[in-house]
Amino acid sequence: MSDHNYVPSSKLGKWFNDRLPLLTLADHLKEYPTPKNLNYWWTFGGILTFCLMTQIITGIVLAMHYVAHADLAFDSVEHIMRDVNYGWLIRYVHANGASMFFLAVYIHIFRSLYYGSYKAPREVIWILGMIIYLLMMMTAFMGYVLPWGQMSFWGATVITNLFSAVPFFGEGITNWLWGGYSVDNPTLTRFFSLHYLLPFMILGLVVLHIWALHVPGNNNPIGIDLKKPSKDTVPFHPYIVIKDLFALLLFLIVFAFFVFYSPNILGHSDNYIEANPLVTPAHIVPEWYLLPFYAILRSVPDKLLGVIAMFASIFILVILPWLDTSKIRSAIFRPIYKQLYWILVLDVLILGYMGAMPAEGTYLLIARVATAYYFIHFLIILPLLGKREKTLSVPLSITEPVLGGSPNPQMIKKKELD
Amino acid sequence: MSEKKKIERRDFIFTASYALGAVGVGAVVWPLVDQMNPDRSVKALASTEVDVSSLEPGKSITVLWRGKPVFIKRRTQDEIAEARNVKIEDLPHPEKDEDRAKNPEWLVMLGICTHLGCVPLGDKGEYNGWFCPCHGSHYDTSGRIRKGPAPTNMEIPKYEFVNSNTIKIG
Repeated sequence: MSDHNYVPSSKLGKWFNDRLPLLTLADHLKEYPTPKNLNYWWTFGGILTFCLMTQIITGIVLAMHYVAHADLAFDSVEHIMRDVNYGWLIRYVHANGASMFFLAVYIHIFRSLYYGSYKAPREVIWILGMIIYLLMMMTAFMGYVLPWGQMSFWGATVITNLFSAVPFFGEGITNWLWGGYSVDNPTLTRFFSLHYLLPFMILGLVVLHIWALHVPGNNNPIGIDLKKPSKDTVPFHPYIVIKDLFALLLFLIVFAFFVFYSPNILGHSDNYIEANPLVTPAHIVPEWYLLPFYAILRSVPDKLLGVIAMFASIFILVILPWLDTSKIRSAIFRPIYKQLYWILVLDVLILGYMGAMPAEGTYLLIARVATAYYFIHFLIILPLLGKREKTLSVPLSITEPVLGGSPNPQMIKKKELD
Repeated sequence: MSEKKKIERRDFIFTASYALGAVGVGAVVWPLVDQMNPDRSVKALASTEVDVSSLEPGKSITVLWRGKPVFIKRRTQDEIAEARNVKIEDLPHPEKDEDRAKNPEWLVMLGICTHLGCVPLGDKGEYNGWFCPCHGSHYDTSGRIRKGPAPTNMEIPKYEFVNSNTIKIG
């Protein structure tokens, strides 16, 4: 991180900053040197911050009108939709906001996979990100239970029953999670409490995520280390701030389209039927952002192994920085990895589609192949590929390919010193 | 340090303090964990009595016990025969029908798929028993798992006939 010799211009500012250096922090954020070749895939960090704040603000407002009780929850959500001023808008923003949050986080994660942002020295940023992702899934799952519709109830039943696969303690754990012998009022009230808590834990982790980012600085599309600040960097403000805001506006167009024109397209119509413990909907599907994991769960014929495979598919991402043995970060200089990356994207999309289809016949077969490939990609291909792949030559600075000339380290160093 | 550190009286105090501290933390954490377990009002609803006098052979009813559905099925002679004539070796979770239905005409079991807790549909599936629509588990006329991801047969709760018309579950 760059040194801070910032001195506030006003006397009051200096007095305050000597006691609590908030202005130094603000100056750091403003001047933070950013690679000047960052493309629009790098704007999703800002978009995600916006998404988190939107969820927290709309969520706090919804909690003022929602009633966390098995007999009242469903009606209170309808009350929000029909009676509360702008309740429909706030609820639709919150519900679709969750989907937008996941859309952005998937782009953010796959950006990282393409440009190798998870590699040294950024492993801790990546792991913090994965913890945030895990907390996001938990929060979204518990939030989906709160309207107490059929999908809420049966989704909660299926997911909490995953823990019954644990040998010996399974039943004890599920009863403890439920506060009873099935999903019921005690389950709803604790899910509400935790659904309120977790976003603030996510917020704390986001602060750590950004802090950890500001130690080595941003990765960049060509994935090389930069001297900071230098001719290869620009200050965060105004360059990145404006670019992030522009990307956010484009993102908001998509967001607003869902909220205003198809607010229920990402939900399931069965969730407008009140929870009924005696009738299981014909086809239980989780929200779209959990479908790939659901497909992995169902593609294993054994209950315990299915649950293990599902959790392993997430854990495998946590240890990714050590599974990918290649020292070259960006896929731009890894011709084989670049193709495998797109195959992985396709594989995850196929898994997502299979998660939405019934687990039988051809669907099940394809889901099994896709599940196997997912694990092969991370556990076998990446460790071997890093050692075998013939990579292209990497430029020594961002300016070098533009300014031409031989990749002469002396020249580059001289240029940077200017 | 090359030489072994001499154990002093103070080390005993440290170890004793850590140990007592750990016990104290545990004692404080336990109520916070245990409060999530089923409470007394939930446990109090432990039994349900059901009048089954109007149930015809081949029909079943579903009642709620501890928030869970319980299937009470009055089986036909064909269904009983089908359940009793299965070779025990063919079952993924071997259980005799005689042990599951003490009175062969009446099958009382938790209507919960042992895979992930959905409610299976009656008179469906490849074994004429129950079929779970969630992940495709097939159960036979004794509620035993025959095909699909569910690991075990549907559970038989504790129940008894209070008189010939009434079953008490729990």
